[in-house]
Parts: sequence; structure tokens; C-alpha cells
Amino acid sequence: MADFLIYSIGLPEWLAWTVMAGLAAFLILNVIAGGALVFIWAERKIAARIQDRLGPTRTGGRFGWLQSLADGIKLLAKEDLMPEGADGLLFRIAPYVSFCASFCAFIALPFAFDFVGQRLNVGVFFVIAVLGLEVFGVILAGYASASKWSLFGAMREAAQVVSYEVPLGMCVVVPVMLAGTMDLVTIAEKQAGWFTNWYLFHDPFTFVIFWVYVTCAVASVNRAPFDLAEAESELVAGFHTEYSGLRWSFFFMAEYGSMFLVSALAALLFLGGWNGPIPIAKLAGLSEGTSDTAHYLVRLLGLANLLGKATLGVLVMMWVRWTLPRLRIDQVMTTCLKYCTPIAALMFAGAMLWQLALPGGLVPGLSRPAGEIREGWLEGPGGRAARPVAASGKNVAQVQP
Amino acid sequence: MTGLALLAAINFHTLLFLLFAGLACGFAIGVVLADNVVRMALYLVLSLGATAGLFFLAGAEFIGAMQLMIYVGGTLVLLVFGVMLTAQAPFVSIKTSTGDRVLAGIVAASLLALLLQAAFSVDDWRRPALGEVAQPSATPLGMALLGARVDDPAAGVPATAARSGYLLPFEIVSVHLLVVLVGAAYLARAKRRRTPRAIEVAASVVEPRVARGAATGSASALVGGGSR
Repeated sequence: MADFLIYSIGLPEWLAWTVMAGLAAFLILNVIAGGALVFIWAERKIAARIQDRLGPTRTGGRFGWLQSLADGIKLLAKEDLMPEGADGLLFRIAPYVSFCASFCAFIALPFAFDFVGQRLNVGVFFVIAVLGLEVFGVILAGYASASKWSLFGAMREAAQVVSYEVPLGMCVVVPVMLAGTMDLVTIAEKQAGWFTNWYLFHDPFTFVIFWVYVTCAVASVNRAPFDLAEAESELVAGFHTEYSGLRWSFFFMAEYGSMFLVSALAALLFLGGWNGPIPIAKLAGLSEGTSDTAHYLVRLLGLANLLGKATLGVLVMMWVRWTLPRLRIDQVMTTCLKYCTPIAALMFAGAMLWQLALPGGLVPGLSRPAGEIREGWLEGPGGRAARPVAASGKNVAQVQP
Repeated sequence: MTGLALLAAINFHTLLFLLFAGLACGFAIGVVLADNVVRMALYLVLSLGATAGLFFLAGAEFIGAMQLMIYVGGTLVLLVFGVMLTAQAPFVSIKTSTGDRVLAGIVAASLLALLLQAAFSVDDWRRPALGEVAQPSATPLGMALLGARVDDPAAGVPATAARSGYLLPFEIVSVHLLVVLVGAAYLARAKRRRTPRAIEVAASVVEPRVARGAATGSASALVGGGSR
């Protein structure tokens, strides 16, 4: 796309890159903000249905689908308060820190084969590293609010997020090991084909570790049953007790953005990414090489697939939230340290042994052997092997057209 | 159009480098000058984050992500301790004494002098060669840590046998870290205290003379809150 701007339209190089970067940032921002609007409405409706209510019914017609917009206007018009004892700078900056962390993680997240803000070779690692920074904003908010509710909430959140990073990292390592790369695009590309190629169904250990990942992901984005940081029955509203108006809504955009992000990451790592359960495009004879139109059709289909899977993940998180009661802090820690971490470690070892024992899968030919990339590096003249095809894409900023 | 031409003349790489470097330096100064621990931690995070930006700019994606994970994430724990220790009013503001300032200034100035000397002793600064490394990849790094060097340009040598990579140092470091982890868990674990049951307490109160030894034992456990 940047090449197109440079060579076809004749823009200078710097302007083309700036335009592309701005476009990517704009699109990601829309994914987060638009997603938050839709998901907040969905959460209200789902919560209502689970509790045998109707939820919003009046704003914007029968299903209340304008409710989030009305909420947004209300938040804009709300008075922006700051407690007297607050640390002004930190109080103001905290929501943006949270939001920026959530936003930055989206940069490396591919939405379809080359619909990615910046394809990074260490994509998974980058996303996990940046996602862990979201808690910074929460701690700053809790400290700067000069309120004990906020401080308690922030401390709980810090303890929880720092602990859950350990099993989360272990879960993420398994697909990385199977694919032999940390590049999210390549990991998803290696699961192409029928759904039997998905890493979820690669072996029993990956199937188990996916559920550990789900648990840790829910905990790391602070959703119920792990939402101790804002336990309203004990801490009023936890770390955002003192926030109102637009700043408060930034925290919520960050939360919904992170929910979408971990769901999309689950889809990319375990559920085939943008490859649907049935390779419709391939069966219909559309391949990416035939023409530009087919190329974009396949990409758009992949985009729909990924967004669908990620949305499904977010809906499951809502379902869990309105079904399970909140855990106590010691139960949260027990879940992490006594269950998730050992199970993740065992499953990691199991997946490794499975790879050694049955490198071709249980039923030969049903799923794709995982070790292609690693062998690709070792074979060939002088150890400098021909690189695998999927990894040799151009490492330049590629954004949505 | 002259403005556009001027903008086109700017090397964007240099501009971004200056931006990130300036941010890193500015926030580093902020760390030194701030007197609130939490603000210091925030400036430290921003400074380290800008350094990660420099790494990404140089195409070293793995080191950049590592910087974010280890340094920025590690500062998080520092921040938590800062918050826990300074949530009470008397510790919110930390003033550095003049002596400390002078000492720190001397150390910083000598380090700066050393670095400047090193920088000016380089004969020939080359411009960063853009695009020389076609695809930055962390795979050779991981392979080398597992004992197989695939990045070594020495052709013709078998990939596994002769060049063993860094498996041994990697294992030594990981076992070392494991020992540290176990030690930390041992030190931090909750010591089990024997709380006397209610009936024992009652017994020791009612019959102090009969069971003097047992009574003093459980009473001291009660008063001392767990003498071990």
C-alpha cells in the first residue's frame, strides 16, 4: 500500500509512510472505540437476558441499540471531578496510559494475512509484553486518587496481573513451539486448511492448555470472576472510584479493547486465526494468486473470520461474567499458582513429548506436521537453509487497504 | 512547495531517532529531579519505553520487546513497592540531600566523560545501513540457545555437531534462576504458627497451677503472636 502511494501516485516517501501509519492508527482506533460501543450494548443485553430481564429497549428502537451512544454522550457531558488530595498529573495521565497500552498491542495484531499494522517477527511476545503494561494505568489511578478504595483495587490488580502473566506466557509458548516462530502471521498461516489443522485440535495437551489460556486471559484483563480490582460489593468501584466522565470511559475502552485483543490472540494462536473451519475460499477455487479481486475477497473473508472468532470470545467472556460469582483474592491466587501454572507447565511438557513421539500427528495426513520451520532452518547448504515461504513476507508496514 | 521539499529532505529515520532519544533523556532527567517515588517510577517507565522505541527503530524487534517485558514490566513491581511504602503522607516526598546530589553529579559526569571520550575516539561513524538485514528474526537466537547455530556464516560445517551454540550457559542461568525462585519462595512463605485451640486456652486459664508449664507456653504464644 505504501509502495502503491509512492510509485503510482508519486507521493514522496516520508509522506506515504506517514499517511499509511496514520491510516493504520485510525483504523485500529476505530476497532477499539467501535468495538467498545457494540460490546457495551451486547453486555447489557446479555446480562439482562441471563438475569431474566429485557435490558435496554427504548433508546434507538426496539433493541435499544443506541444505548451505548447515549451513554457516550452522557459521559461527555458529565462533570469531570478530581479529588482534592489527588496527584493531579498522575490522575490525569492514568487513563491514557491504560488506553495506550491496549492500543499499542493492536499494532502487531494481524486481522488477516497482510492486514496488520506492523508485522513483527516477535508478534506474540510484543502483544503479551505490551498487554502487561495496561496495569500501569490502573496502579497510577489507584495511587493518584487519594482514596483507599482505589488503592486497594489497584494493589489487588497489580498482584493479580503480575501473577497471571506466568501461566499466560506458558500457554502462549505452546503454539509458538508448534509453529517454530513468534510471528503471529506465520502462526495463523500454519493452521490453514480444515479445522483439524487448528492448534486447538493438534493434540490433547494443546486442547487442555487452550482452556488454561482462556482462564488466564480472563484474569489478565480483569473480567469477572476475576474483577477484584473493581469489586463493587467491597471497594465501591475499585481503582476508578474517583473517576467520572471521559476519563472513566477511557478505562472502559481500554478494558473492552483488551478483551477483544486476548480473544483475537486466542483465535490466532489456537483457533486458526483468519482461516475458517472449512476452507471455503479454497473449495470455491479462489486462491490468493489468481487475481487482485480474488486476493481481496480472500482477505476480506479472513477478516470476517477473525473478527467473528474474536467477537465470539468476547461474548463468552460476558457469559462467564454474568454466570460465575466473583472469587476472593486468595482463591484468585490459588487458581493461578496451584492450578493454572502447574497445569500449563505439564501441558507444555506433554505437547513437547507429543511432538517428539508423533511428529506427524495421531492420524497421518489429517493435520499438518508442525516442525516444518525448524527443519527448514537446519537443512540446506551450510546450515543456512532456504527460509520457509510463509515467513519471507516483506517486513514493512502493511495496513488495511 | 518549499516547505514540502524541506520536509522531504529530512531523513525520517533520524527524526524518529532524535524524538525517541530526546524522550528517553528528558524522562531520565525527570526521574532524577522528581521527588515523588511514584512519579519517578512513571518517568522511568516512559524513559525505558522510549529506549524500547529506539530498539524497534533499529530493527531489533526482539530486544525491543524484551526491553518492554523485562525493564518496563520490572519497573511495574518497583512502582507497586513505591506505592505500598509511600501511601502514607510523610513518605510521599523524598528530598535528596546536597551531599548525595554532589556525589551523584560527580559519578554521572565521570561516566559522561568516559562515554564522550569513547564516542569521539571512533574514527569513522557510518550511517545506519538501512535494509542490510533483510528480515530480522528471533529464530536463530532461539536455535542458538537450544544448541544449534544457524546464523553462523561459516559454510560447510554441519549445523549441529561442531558449533554447539549457547545451550550450556543457557541451562546454567536457568538453573540459577530456578534456585533463586525457590529461595525467594522459601523466604517469603507464611511460617506456620500453632494457634492454641480454645479449649486449651480455657484449660490453661482455669488451672494455672496444675499445668504451669503448658500454660506459660500457650500464653506466651498468645501474647507474642507466634513466637517460633
